[in-house]
Order: sequence, then C-alpha cells, then structure tokens
Amino acid sequence: METTAVKKYTFKDFTSDQEVRWCPGCDDYVILRSMQKALPEMGIAKENAVFISGIGCSSRFPYYMETYGMHSIHGRAPGIASGVKLANPNLSVWVMTGDGDSMAIGGNHFIHVLRRNIDLNIVMFNNEIYGLTKGQFSPTSVIGQKTKSSPYGNTQPPFSPGELALGANARFFARIGGNNPKAMTQIFIDAHKFKGTSLVEVLQNCVIFNDGCFANVTDKDVKEDKQIYLEHGKPMIFGKNSDKGLVLNGLKLEVVTIGENGITQEDLLVHNAKEQDKTLHQMLVRLDYPLATGIIRSFEDVTLEEREDYLTAQVKANSKFKKTDDLFFSGETYQVK
Amino acid sequence: MSTPGDNVDLLVAMNPAGLKTNLYAVKLGHTIIVDTDSFTKKNLEKAAYKTNPLEDGSLENYRVIEVAMSSLTKEALKDVEGLDNKSITRSKNMFSLGMIYWMYNRSTEHTVEFFNKKFKSKPELIEANTKVLNAGFYYAETLELIPNSYTISPAKLAAGTYRIIMGNAATAWGLLAAAEKSGLELFLGSYPITPATDILHELVKHKHFGVKAFQAEDEIAGVTSAIGASFAGDLAVTTTSGPGLALKGEAIGLAMIVELPLVIINVQRGGPSTGLPTKTEQSDLLQAMYGRNGESPVIVIAASTPGNCFDYAYEASRLALEHMTPVILLTDGYIANGSAPWKIQSVADMPEIKNRKITEFKEDWHPYNRDEKTLARDWAIPGTPGLEHRVGGLEKDSVTGNVSYVPENHEKMTHTRSEKIRLVKNNIPNLQTEFADSGDLLVIGWGGTYGSLHSAVKQINKEGYNKIGLAHFNYINPMPKNTEEVLSRFKKIIVCELNSGQFASILKINFSKFEYSQHNKIQGLPFSNEELIEQFKKLV
Repeated sequence: METTAVKKYTFKDFTSDQEVRWCPGCDDYVILRSMQKALPEMGIAKENAVFISGIGCSSRFPYYMETYGMHSIHGRAPGIASGVKLANPNLSVWVMTGDGDSMAIGGNHFIHVLRRNIDLNIVMFNNEIYGLTKGQFSPTSVIGQKTKSSPYGNTQPPFSPGELALGANARFFARIGGNNPKAMTQIFIDAHKFKGTSLVEVLQNCVIFNDGCFANVTDKDVKEDKQIYLEHGKPMIFGKNSDKGLVLNGLKLEVVTIGENGITQEDLLVHNAKEQDKTLHQMLVRLDYPLATGIIRSFEDVTLEEREDYLTAQVKANSKFKKTDDLFFSGETYQVK
Repeated sequence: MSTPGDNVDLLVAMNPAGLKTNLYAVKLGHTIIVDTDSFTKKNLEKAAYKTNPLEDGSLENYRVIEVAMSSLTKEALKDVEGLDNKSITRSKNMFSLGMIYWMYNRSTEHTVEFFNKKFKSKPELIEANTKVLNAGFYYAETLELIPNSYTISPAKLAAGTYRIIMGNAATAWGLLAAAEKSGLELFLGSYPITPATDILHELVKHKHFGVKAFQAEDEIAGVTSAIGASFAGDLAVTTTSGPGLALKGEAIGLAMIVELPLVIINVQRGGPSTGLPTKTEQSDLLQAMYGRNGESPVIVIAASTPGNCFDYAYEASRLALEHMTPVILLTDGYIANGSAPWKIQSVADMPEIKNRKITEFKEDWHPYNRDEKTLARDWAIPGTPGLEHRVGGLEKDSVTGNVSYVPENHEKMTHTRSEKIRLVKNNIPNLQTEFADSGDLLVIGWGGTYGSLHSAVKQINKEGYNKIGLAHFNYINPMPKNTEEVLSRFKKIIVCELNSGQFASILKINFSKFEYSQHNKIQGLPFSNEELIEQFKKLV
C-alpha cells in the first residue's frame, strides 16, 4: 500500500458531489461519514481507494465517495473487487454490501472471498431486512419476523454472519453498532491496515422496514450493559459500571460479576484477537448476552497475492520464455518453403 | 505439405515398446492413449528408453491421454468368477476400444454381439470382455474425452515456420500476444467447463509472462473478476462454454453499460442445458448476440480453424481495447480440440493495438467522454490522480456519467451504445469470397465449419460447377461493410450451420431482400463432404 508523501486529507476530500438518497435517519449515513473520516487516517492517496458494491441500499455507497468506484450487480462485488485487487495490488479495495447482497444472492462469492484471503475489505450493512425492494425477509431475519414476504412470520432460520464468516476461515471479523461512529471509524482504519480479507459487520438500523431491530443492544441507555466491546489484549469486561466480565466455564462462556463469588478482574478472559485457533472467537461471535462487538478476530495469515507473487517470481526466474516469441518458436517447429 | 508421419489419428500404446515402434505413424498434434501401468522402469529399459517419454516432454506435440488401464481393467473384473490372470490382462485392449467407441461416437452393440458369438461356450469371457468394453466406454465419458479431429488441406501453405497447434492453445496464445503487444497484463477469470478448460490449462502455465489466471468459484465470479481487472487496467478475459455464457449474461451486460474492455470466449458445445458437452455445435450464436437483459449489443466474432483461434483471440482483444466494449469470441469443440499446422506469428508482425487509457485530468473531463469516430469512451483506471469516478449498472447521464433516470437520456444512451458497436465495421476487414466472386450459388458459413465448407466447395468446383462461391464469416456483429454487396453477386444463397438456422435468421433481418436456403445439422457432429455437396447440387 502507498504510504509515502500522501496529501493530508479531510473527510470533505472523500465526499462526492452526488446527493445522498438514503432515507432520513438511516444508519447508512453514519457508515458513510465514518468511512469518509477514516480514509484520511489511512495514509493512502485518494486515487488508490476503490469502492465496489453490489445491489441494495448499502450498494449506493460508491456514488457518494469521491474515489474510484463501481456499483455493480447483485451479490457479485467480491468477484469484481478480487479482480481489481489482483490487477493492481497497490489499491485499497472495499466491498460495500448488505445482508441480502452478501449472504443470499452473493453467498457463494462471500464464502470464497473469505477463504482466499485477498487483501481487501468488506463492510456488511446488516439490517436483517431487504430495504431497497421494500421489506422482505433476508438471510439474517429472525424466526417469526413479520415482513412483506412473511406476513405470518418468517419460517427460515437465519445465518449469523460472524459464524458463517469464521466457518469460511475469515481472518478478520469485527462487529459494530450502526450508531457508534467513533468506534466504527477506528475499525475501518484497522480493517484497512489488516493484511488479508477483513469483514466488518455493521448492525445497521433500517428506519423504514425494520426499525429498532437492534435497539435492545445498541440503544444508548442499554448498549454498555448489553454489549461487550472487545479489544485485543484487554480483559473481557463490560457493563455501565464495568463490573461484568466473561470467563470460561467448561466449554461455555459465562457472564460473571466482579466482586461476587470472589471474582476479580484477574479471573476474566483476556481477548486475543490474533490467535490462530478460532474456537474462542466462534464462541464470542455466537454470544447473545452480551453481544460481542469490536474486532473479534484479527489473525494475520499469508494472502493470496503473496502466494501468487512468490510463485510468479520463481517461475520467472527459472523460465526460458521472456517474450511470447520465445514460446511460439520453441519445441518442434518445421519449415515450409 | 511436409509434416512427418501423415498417418494415424490415434495410437493406443499398451507399453513403451508399442509407443516407440508406432510413434512415427501418429499425426502431429493427435492423440496417444497410453497404459501408464506398463510404463515401468523395466519396460522402459526393454524398449531402450533412457528417460520416460511421459515425463521428459518428448511427446509435447501430441495429446497424451494417460490411463492406468491394467489396474482399471483388473478392478472392473474383480467380481467375475473363473478368470485367470492372463485372461484379465488380455482383456485390457477392450478397455481402450471402449474408450475409442465413446470418443468416436460408436455404439458398443456390435462388439458385444460379436463376443456373444465368439465366446459362446465360455460365458465368463463374454461377461469379462463386455464389462471391460463398457468400463472403457464409461471412463471416456466420465473424463469427457474428445477426439481431436481436424483436417483441412489448404491448396498450399505459405512459406514460413510452422508448428502444430490445437485450437484452445492457439486461443490462449493469441491472448498472450495481444497482452504483449498492448503492453497490458493479462488477467483470466475462469471456471472449468468442457470443452473450454484447456485455455485455462494453457494460460496458468505462463506466469513467466505475468499472466494472472484466476480460477474462480463459479462462472459468474470468473467474469466478474475479469470485469474488476478490466476496471483496474488489465487486458481481461473470461473463458467458458454455453451454459457458462448463460450464467455470465448479467455481468456481460454490466461490462457493456460501464463500457469496459472485456474478452469473453465461448467454446461452443451441444446444447441446450448440459446438452452434449463433448460434441460440437454452433447453437450459441443467438445467445452471444442477444443473451442479456435490456438492449445490450456487444461485438461478436468467430474463429474458423484451430490456427486462426490465435488471430481471433488477438482480434477480440484488439477490438475490446480500441472500442471499450465486451467482445464475445465464439469457437467450438471441433476446432478447439482440433489441431492443424499454424504459421507461427511473431508479435512484432501483429497489428497495432491502441488502448484508450488516459493519465491526466483535463478541464471538463467526464468518464463517458467519447472518441468522435468510434464513440469509445476513455479508460481512466484506479490509481490515476484526478480521474476518480464511479461507474455502475444504472443508466448514466450522457455527459456527466452520473446516474440518470431522464427518459430521453436513456433512449439516447441506448442508441449511442448500439451505434458504438455498429461503427466497429470501420475497423474490420471486408468479407472475401473464395472459388468464385459471383455466379450461381453462394455458400455461407461462419465459425468452425470452415474446413468442411471449404473442402466441399472446392470439390464441387472441381466437378465442373465453377460458379459456386464460399463466403465464410468471422465477423458477425457487426458484419463487414461489404456484406450486402457480396450477397448481391450470386443468384442463390445457402447458409450452412450446425444449428437450426441462427445465422440465417440474422442475415434475414439485416438483408431481407435476398432469399436464403439453409442446410442445418444438429447432431453434435461436423458436416460431411457428401451431405454438403448433395445440398449444393440441388440448388444449381
């Protein structure tokens, strides 16, 4: 990534002249502004940022960014982004997607892009509903959820994006509330810095079709008690009074209270996002109370580009073919006079 | 023509000695089936091989199909009682015969009848031979083996250095040449599918030229990764066959509306659906022309011999880059797996390719600024300061490129995209006729049937019908500028295709004043000389 002598930008440099068309009050505005604020902190030249999206409310995102971008077709942004990155590894490539775009129509691309570990970043706007098509259930809608296409309640069990991602061997997974721009901005910066595919799930409220779907964990008055914000190297502690924490009880995570039953801060688990073994990360991802947010997993692994570059250098060094003529005229040829 | 060993199309080598003794008779580029089980150190020494010919590259000008025939035969016979080891070993030739029957479209029925008669008194031998014959037949089916069959004898080969090349390899090499000539890196996004996979196999070898060959998770990711690479400035290609082209349709529409260069290669096979994967057909023409939602014209061209797969892969790249558009190149299983002499072409002698990359911002620049003559837009790639812009599948304003729902603008853009493809006619050669410039009958073909049509028209002309011409199309959308004029020089026209009349329908739409006879065949097989000549004679 380019880091040298980059102009000092502000969020305005990344704001395009297009009018933003999301519904008033949508969390998408928070995501947009967080990204526009994060980019100047990444130390990259503006021309090296590329935003690729599929279809859905989330996917309008590239139009609002004063960078290179493509608003592509439904579910296929990971494929396009992979091609961009493999063609030019100097670019900072971002996939902006939603729960339907990434896990329904684009499910296949989503798992494979995570498996390969190309150095690109994915931001998934999860609102547990189809917004652009006006309110059908999505792959993350909960059982019983009443939507336009499930008037008597949704009968299809949902995906947990984090579990799916870790199952596909995601090396970086973060989750953040859509009403938390400060932490979101920092997570975007960390996702960019992370070498490999990073996935950020934003719990994004849809004010029109699924209003309040995350309110019980993200609302200001409950979030400290209902969420645990994980930080690498720090004890797993949460609660308004910072008196709750997580310990391992057998094969399960358990919530404990500091000061009760002789529990002290030293008894709590310490978050290790960089651990290769994802067992604990998976437990954290699955947890309902408290809901784990922050960077849950950040394990640096070899990227696809690194493997490819290594092979290419080796083949180049050992090959007798420098130009196509060398290949075309090699081996068995014959003359016609 | 002076190629060594102008003899057999296929050799079965049961052991190294058999290979050594008979190799001279195999046509270059043709098929050798070997029993790998018998290529032991001992047998190699017996045949006086210093190194294993299956490993030392000495067979690189043949298509070698390696089969562990002895072990497969043994396994096929494990439940047959009353067989001694010798009988088991001896029946392995039936395995190879079964394979050949599959490849050459022959039924096993008569051979099984023969077993029933010959081994009347030894039912275990009937069972054994039938089992092994079928095992070989099914094995070839599972592997989707295709015979390589291509024979064309042009009057005289031009002087030069030649090699034998298969169509799919020639296609891959044409792309390599185009990348080198245009100074771009080559990106291939592809998913395995018969009979196109050999292009992927060939290109993955060439990392020394910086080729980025990406085997994607599906056909859609194959094309979308190529679109991404094209957006970022590579010469981007996706390869497939009919069902894959169907899957790529939406993405090709995206590449069309964002106006990025993209080469799509469709090695046609028998359809519809899974159809006849190992057999040839020309039935994807209308899919290539129209198989996308909305009005989304792209350039469509077709190769017509194994060797000119090189030229048309190069040409597809040139046209995509110069006109900023997807180009669909149609080849087919017959020429893709056929081998023929190819006059080696040096990149230095290939036509120029001018890509439309721009590097600097100028006042009033917009991403959809167009060249006045071709209507091709500029190619501003990520990483270029000052040219940041967004493209997408939504309709865009004809000037600024921003999203636009204005009715008149949509109509204007639809016409502009269509006109852009129409103008490609100024950048392609005229249609040529062979054997006669005017006269009684014009035989029209396109794509992979050139060899058959050329032979048939040549022969009928020799028989004294000297007013029969052949016009073979390589450029289908748009067609060459002089097409109507060529058609008007003949009294009758017959359009010959391996489908039920797709190109004929395009001709009828475009040049409705002519009458067209048709000769169509939809059997997964190429035309035979006899059937063509019979048809032509009916018309003159």
